Order: sequence, then structure tokens, then C-alpha cells
Amino acid sequence: MSETPVAAEAALTAPHVLEYAYTRSVGPVVGRFLAGLRAGKLLGIKTNAGRVIVPPLEYDPDTGDGLDELVEVGQSGVVTTWTWASEPRPHQPLDRPFAWALIKLDGADTAMLQAVDASDESRMATGMRVRARWRAERKGDLSDLECFEPEEES
Amino acid sequence: MSDPVLGVVSPVRLEYTFSAGRAQSRFLRGLMERRFVGQRCGKCQGVYVPGRGSCAICGIATDEEVDVGPQGTVTMFCIVNVPFAGQQVEPPYACASIMLDGADVALFHLVQEISANEVRTGLRVEPVWENERRPSMESVRYFRPVGGDHA
Repeated sequence: MSETPVAAEAALTAPHVLEYAYTRSVGPVVGRFLAGLRAGKLLGIKTNAGRVIVPPLEYDPDTGDGLDELVEVGQSGVVTTWTWASEPRPHQPLDRPFAWALIKLDGADTAMLQAVDASDESRMATGMRVRARWRAERKGDLSDLECFEPEEES
Repeated sequence: MSDPVLGVVSPVRLEYTFSAGRAQSRFLRGLMERRFVGQRCGKCQGVYVPGRGSCAICGIATDEEVDVGPQGTVTMFCIVNVPFAGQQVEPPYACASIMLDGADVALFHLVQEISANEVRTGLRVEPVWENERRPSMESVRYFRPVGGDHA
């Protein structure tokens, strides 16, 4: 058995990845919303008071009643608030600077969060109109809706 | 409308850079030389392997380095019968706590070259090293019974 003093060498490092590949059950309402995305449609749900919530909820936030009436809303909407993501992180919707925005779609009474591919922060404004951009190959999850883009672009 | 979506794959992924720290790095570099490097507490004389830089009982830094093993004794074990994702060895196989000679804490490793149902506490084992020398616990392929021993 040898005995030597502990030398002050640099510590070793190694990459370590921890990953859980969950499959999440989405439930009957969101399941139909996602099937809508796969079909290139945006669906909301109508509450007892007639409000349209997008993305849809299973229960009425005002009364707690179960909801079931899905309605299609517009493919375009209005930016109600936004922030600029100047350095996109891995796995975000776009690999170039973009805006995260709350977008109230035509026919909806609530806004949903999505990326806006606006190229430059100066093109973003609260109240601007944006339009959905779909992926060509859709599989029934949120990434089917690639992002929104400013509507003045043709 | 087409059939509703039942589920979405929703991975949770964390990418770390793991630092072994100085004491464990000494242990890992020792494996490249086919040595098990531990540390002894100057107060209670307990020997940790891998060294952890401090004594969990006395709460003081451990600054004396000692070689332990390479042979050891199985102190407890489990037999893995259940397949799981990423499994490297075909079940059934045995994983064991192995107290290396001279150490006071056990290492956990595979025990091979013996039927899983013949592994028992008290079994004397020795390491089988990988040919490639890396500062990694994977440098020890597994432990196997020391020839003819029935401690």
C-alpha cells in the first residue's frame, strides 16, 4: 500500500445528460386541439358565457363547468404584448433572433404564446397583425405551428 | 376532424458538465494506472474510496492518500432480472457492494464470470480491467470471483 500526499491537480469534468422521454397524456380537449394543428386549423373552446379560449381548456375558468364546444378561430391575430429573444436557445422554435408574443387570434378572447419570426426587433409592435406559419409535415403537437410572421409580408 | 391526439412526447432534458472534484479526480486518474486510490481520515482512520475530500463522520478534510484493493469482498448484492432502457448487460446479472481490501466504504459494481444465483455475501472478488485506460469507472469492466476462493 503506497501513501502519498494528495496533489492539487485540476478536477476532471465530463458531459452528463439527464433525460426523461415522457409521453404526456393530453386529455380529450387538448387532444382535439392538437389534431386540429395537424390539420392546419386553430381551435378554441367556447365557455358558457360565450368567450372563446385558445388554446382550449377542459373547464370553464369562470364557472368550473366542463366544456366541449370547440370552434375554429382565425389564422391571424393581434400581438397584445411581446419580448425580443436576441439569443435563441437550443430547441426554441427558431434558430435566429425572434419575438415571444401573446397573440389574440381573430375570433378568440384570450391570447396564446408563440414565436414571431420578425427578423428584427424594430418590426415588432404591440397591436401589429401576425399570421400563422405552418410546417409542411405536421404530427399533432405544438411544433406543427412553426411560428407566426408579420402579416404585411406577403 | 381526424382522431384526437392522445399524447405528446415531452422530454425533460438537462445537459450538465459534471465536475468530479479534486479527490474523485485522483481516484479516476488512479484507475488509468489500475489502482484504486482512496483517502484516509486523519482522525477516525476511516478509508474512503473514492476519496471525497472530507470525512463524513468527522467533518474534516482528508489529506492522506492510500491505495486499496484491488481484491475485495461482496458485502451485499442484488440480482437484476428486469430489463430497462439503456441496459448494458443481459439479465439476470448481479450488482454488488464490494468492500475493497483496506477500505471502509464499498464500491458498487457488476459481478460476472459467475452465475448470478451463485453470488453471495462474503464472496472474494477481483477487478477485470478494460484494455483501454481511461479516467473512468468504466475502466473496470466488472469484478469476478478470485479463483477457487470461498471466503
